Amino acid sequence: MTVIAAPPVKEAPTDTGGDGSRPKRHFATHLVLIVLAIMWLLPLGWSVYTALRPIASTNQYGYFSIAGPYNFDNFVAAWNQGGFSKYFMNSALITVPSVVLTLFLSSLMAFAVSRVNWKFNITLLILFTAGNLLPPQVLAAPLFQMFKHLNLPYWFSDSGTLLNTYISVIAVDTAFQIGFCTFVLSNYMKALSSDLTEAALVDGAGIWRQYWSVIMPLCRPAFAALATLEVIFIYNDFFWPLLFIQSGDRLPVTTAINNLQGVFLSNYNLLAAGATITVIPTLVIYLVLQRQFVAGLTLGSSKG
Amino acid sequence: MPRIRKVRRLSTRDKIVLTAMVAVPTLIELIFVWLPTLFSIGLSLTRWNGLDLSDIHPAGMANYQYVAQDYPPFWPAVQHNILWLVFLGVVATPLGLLLAVLLDQRIRGSRIYQSIFFAPVMLSLALVGVIWQLFYQRDHGLLNFLLGTAGTPAAVDWFGDSKVNIWAALIAATWRHSGYVMLLYLAGLKGVDPTLKEAAAIDGANAYQTFFRVVFPAMRPINIVIVVITIIESLRAFDIVYVINRGTNGLELISALVIQNLVGEGQVIGVGSALATILLVISLVPIIFYLTRTFGKEAKEQ
Repeated sequence: MTVIAAPPVKEAPTDTGGDGSRPKRHFATHLVLIVLAIMWLLPLGWSVYTALRPIASTNQYGYFSIAGPYNFDNFVAAWNQGGFSKYFMNSALITVPSVVLTLFLSSLMAFAVSRVNWKFNITLLILFTAGNLLPPQVLAAPLFQMFKHLNLPYWFSDSGTLLNTYISVIAVDTAFQIGFCTFVLSNYMKALSSDLTEAALVDGAGIWRQYWSVIMPLCRPAFAALATLEVIFIYNDFFWPLLFIQSGDRLPVTTAINNLQGVFLSNYNLLAAGATITVIPTLVIYLVLQRQFVAGLTLGSSKG
Repeated sequence: MPRIRKVRRLSTRDKIVLTAMVAVPTLIELIFVWLPTLFSIGLSLTRWNGLDLSDIHPAGMANYQYVAQDYPPFWPAVQHNILWLVFLGVVATPLGLLLAVLLDQRIRGSRIYQSIFFAPVMLSLALVGVIWQLFYQRDHGLLNFLLGTAGTPAAVDWFGDSKVNIWAALIAATWRHSGYVMLLYLAGLKGVDPTLKEAAAIDGANAYQTFFRVVFPAMRPINIVIVVITIIESLRAFDIVYVINRGTNGLELISALVIQNLVGEGQVIGVGSALATILLVISLVPIIFYLTRTFGKEAKEQ
């Protein structure tokens, strides 16, 4: 998904929301919203519903019936036959290092460009921001070939190259996401008062202490929002693993669902259960960290 | 600006630390993003099967000529990308704006509605493809049942039939795009100064006039972001068609053609790179537009 930071928007002093103080009933509005909400829920709801029904029951009564029983058998079967524990593990092995690296590197960059006046600051920021907006397919061929022609010892990589390794996916995911995070974090850091680092300077703190002990703790809200957002982004990334990882059992879950259609053949109940299982981690993050995620997407719209 | 003061205060050690802080991320960005971009342009002017580096032969503009004249899926792909852009721009984005405007009123259950419309934004486009596959399926999909055609010869294989599958894919993409646009506009609407609306109301403007003549123009910065996002999303569209049928049979997109030429039996790196370069050049239009909007002012100040 493309995310670009929104420009600063000042919060209006009072949010009147509707027009006038007289409470309205909004019948027409609710009607439109309810119809749209039902349409919105249908595809996901259909998946969940199909997943909850045993194949025997759908074979007997058809998919369009409400005959029971309902149970979680498909989820268990999909989990075991689909090898989900392996795929989730792979997703974690890619997502966690990528997010940590992205946030760390972009915080370094953001600190340097926002706290110190350099001639090339804007040029660098433009380079980073633009890089994040490119369609990944533009760089697919050269990256693939670069990784393929980089010979590595076999104890390090069984392909003898960077292909089929998590390092390749982590490196490219990180490089792609640094752009967006640097942009957001540098705006955030610019908004912090420069008195803070001035005070630290008087105390004789070096650049690293200013970064690590003064600025970083103040950026926690931005990190929380960005971390949530980046976990979702990288977990949801389909393309880079598709390109770099050839062994099916090394794929992260988002890319692996592409193969599940073949594994489960025409058992749509299992496929629906597999799809639903894949939704669960994002859904949990959404429910628990909704505020952080939304803040991440609109970051820059509240902080200038 | 206390520019000189700051610079002078840096000790040698600080300078080394700062250089490293900038150099490491910049090197990563250059090696994994910008260098490959330049290589793509370079490879588009060569003929290569992707095996031995010494087999790279210069080919001039031959790949571009081939793509434009002798490569059947190219022009359909261009049309589909344009259709994708128009559909997101004319249907998905206005729908997101409508949702935001409706939900910005003080109504009951606003948060619940927001959560419902926003939920698909959390899902990967690949998963969106799988979920809609189940919904669109010919014999067991819910849509054919709702239309009363399931199990009859009139049932449509929405993702399989090359006459309709691009529209089916666009609706699935809209499902996700509108929620995102809604979220951004909800933030934008909160930022509009309420006195503007009051002033318009005093001048006798009705709700439509107030919105289109006052509120919407006041959200100009958000509007620009959304225009850029919509264009870039339509150029980046890939996952959903790749999950459906790898971007063939009615679902050709430039991004999918790039990949078809890079993997598979006969790797034609030059052709794939020419397609990638075409995609790059088109993408640079919205990117440069966005960058000049965002950094133009700052660059002048420096």
